[in-house]
Amino acid sequence: MTESVALPAEPHHATRRGLMRWITTTNHKDIGTLYLIFSLIMFFIGGAMAMVIRAELYQPGLQFVTPAFYNQMVTLHGLVMVFGAVMPAFVGLANWMIPLMIGAPDMALPRLNNWSFWILPFAFTLLLLTLFLPGGAPQGGWTLYVPYSLELGYSFPFMIFAIHLMGISSVLGGINVIVTILNMRAPGMTLMKMPLFVWAWLITAYLLVAVMPVLAGGVTMQLLDHYFGTHFFSVAGGGTPLLWEHVFWFFGHPEVYIMILPAFGIISEIVPTFSRKPLFGRTSMIYALASIAFLSFIVWGHHMFTSGMPVSADLFFMFSTMLIAVPTGVKIFNWVATMWRGAITFETPMLFAVAFIILFTIGGFSGVMLALVPADFQYHNSYFVVAHFHYVLVTGAVFAIMGAVYYWLPKWTGHMYNEFWGKVHFWLSVISANMLYFPMHFLGLAGMPRRVPDYAVQFTNLNMISSIGGFIFGASQLIFVAIIFATVYGGRRAEARAWEGAHGLEWTVPSPAPYHTFATPPEVPG
Amino acid sequence: MKHQWFRAWIGIALVGAVTVPRAMAASLYNLPRGVTPVSHEIYGLNMLAFWIMCGIATVVFGAITWSMIFHRRSRHPKPAKFHENSVLEVVWTVIPFIILIVMAVPAARVLLRAEDVHHSEMTVEVTGYQWLWRYTYPRWHINIYSRLANSSLRIAPLNSGVSPYSVPHYLHSVTHPLVLPVGEKVRLLVTSKDVIHSWWVPDLGVQMDANPGLVNSIWVRIEKPGTYRGQCNQICGWGHAYMPIVVVAKPKTQFQAWVREWQERHRVDADDASSPSPQGS
Repeated sequence: MTESVALPAEPHHATRRGLMRWITTTNHKDIGTLYLIFSLIMFFIGGAMAMVIRAELYQPGLQFVTPAFYNQMVTLHGLVMVFGAVMPAFVGLANWMIPLMIGAPDMALPRLNNWSFWILPFAFTLLLLTLFLPGGAPQGGWTLYVPYSLELGYSFPFMIFAIHLMGISSVLGGINVIVTILNMRAPGMTLMKMPLFVWAWLITAYLLVAVMPVLAGGVTMQLLDHYFGTHFFSVAGGGTPLLWEHVFWFFGHPEVYIMILPAFGIISEIVPTFSRKPLFGRTSMIYALASIAFLSFIVWGHHMFTSGMPVSADLFFMFSTMLIAVPTGVKIFNWVATMWRGAITFETPMLFAVAFIILFTIGGFSGVMLALVPADFQYHNSYFVVAHFHYVLVTGAVFAIMGAVYYWLPKWTGHMYNEFWGKVHFWLSVISANMLYFPMHFLGLAGMPRRVPDYAVQFTNLNMISSIGGFIFGASQLIFVAIIFATVYGGRRAEARAWEGAHGLEWTVPSPAPYHTFATPPEVPG
Repeated sequence: MKHQWFRAWIGIALVGAVTVPRAMAASLYNLPRGVTPVSHEIYGLNMLAFWIMCGIATVVFGAITWSMIFHRRSRHPKPAKFHENSVLEVVWTVIPFIILIVMAVPAARVLLRAEDVHHSEMTVEVTGYQWLWRYTYPRWHINIYSRLANSSLRIAPLNSGVSPYSVPHYLHSVTHPLVLPVGEKVRLLVTSKDVIHSWWVPDLGVQMDANPGLVNSIWVRIEKPGTYRGQCNQICGWGHAYMPIVVVAKPKTQFQAWVREWQERHRVDADDASSPSPQGS
């Protein structure tokens, strides 16, 4: 199969310049760069919304925004961060790195690749434009629970259409990743020899293709209920609002693993490099990824323990959810065993990786606690949950993405980033993120609900600490942007193998990686 | 040298063992123990899970920290070569499994008890509206609309200029509370008239979604007279933060007096209204 893949005789590059190059590009590196830049912009837009939220929550009473606008910020922050920042960042990394890691000349479907990226700016323009509509942006939270979501007015069809576009983009991206990995590996790169990042993405891509259509179906049902008189979600017409919760979380739980499995892959690349030791338990790492992906399809009900499901369903979802801790534990233990008796150095990517292991584990702890149904009656929808998913998504997924950027930036730009400023960025981020999210555990336990613009006065102190942490975290990310700019335009020259402990095909091509790589398939070391 | 370290650790552990539970007991940092049998059991589960997680954290983070200190290149320049160990891998698959069972069994037991609404002694219907709660006692035809108290309402608007500290229980006080008898198993039938709300009172260990068109049931048996506060916990519109829940638990005789007083005030002339007896409803 692999042998039959050949480059066209006349490569397309350098035919267009300026803006048209980026609009018409089919090159996986260009498209990877576009995804990463887009994701960074969305990270700041979503982050600005988080700053509004934290500013309003700094003290009780309303100081800056109305409750309606606050709800819009909460909703858009979720949608923008999930679909605009985290997912495109991982797709960008996949575009850049998967062909380089498996020795392929490009993604298998380059034009499709171009299209899946260029859908996104339009999707988010549509979504963010709703802020300027009469009645403002969607307010129901990113979970879009009906019937509240149907009360949204003008923003509703915009949001549904935007979600459809994001879904199409993700499904196309997922298909491209699957086809590339299964067909374009260099000779000798057997499935079990693939780097863990590629494995993680292969599994993630299947999740994407499986669940994004579920979301698309669900939001279409909302559209039909709103405009065409159907009653999928209204009891009066024979439907039920719980149907939406089931459909949404059947999509939603695999979705949260779509946002963490590639992070697992990244950590499995970074930790061996800087420990100068092969990854411990490679095979079990792959099986753990696959088990987590499988389990993600049978745990959606743990988001609905207070919705009034029958007790048998509660029990089933509690047990299946707790099971996830086993393969996740295996991954954590294997990373620790990889570090064990290595010769570790702590460059910025490794710092982010170690922080990931520790802080993601804390998110896992609260995850296991949330799985206990009776305890969930107290934790559910409280700030405890907000703490939980920000630990796994920010100090988890986002830290992994930042680690990946520092790790591969030399390969992308041909320059080493400034290690001092990288460390400053890391330490500011890790301290402020904990200041931001750790107090939320206490707030939730003490009874503060999520998605409220105002709160009872006993929650004030912890909210102040959290907000100050939030402002520092937000400001620290400007350092990240400055480092990226500085590295693109200058800095110490990076060697082909930028990190002495790094293995893998991506380090056999020069830094920066030439526009076309692996026109002839490389030798895969036995 | 090692001895001193050891002693220091013991000292820190002892201080922690004394101060942490005390800090945890204050409900500002932890779940309340609550005033119902279910809430006590939830508190117990929460603490069980918490201490197990602390144990796992000690082992895992201890190993990472050890590795970061002693296996850094400056101290340990020659990396080991191992990358597999079947025994170890089986062990750390099986042990977490056992730990999970230790938590799952009591959790399942508490769940079955918490969801068993049989043999309740009275019923209250709880209905969510944007943005207030209605409490109906079918037996006595009592109907209470419970909205945010005016004291908070005055402060809540953007730039109201009034400090939230100037009133007691800002955003946690209502016009008319839900009044319940102490010691009786009360069944709550929770529903909604518009969007999804959620009825959450931490001290009672109860959180139940109010779904339009569907009725969920849950029960409480309050052990101690007192006032217990909570609020809607499902985003339901701009007023989501402004639909608090206040439950006042009264001893049985006082509760009966309250029922009579309410009926006199509202002149309900139902047959069964004269004798609020605590039998099944």
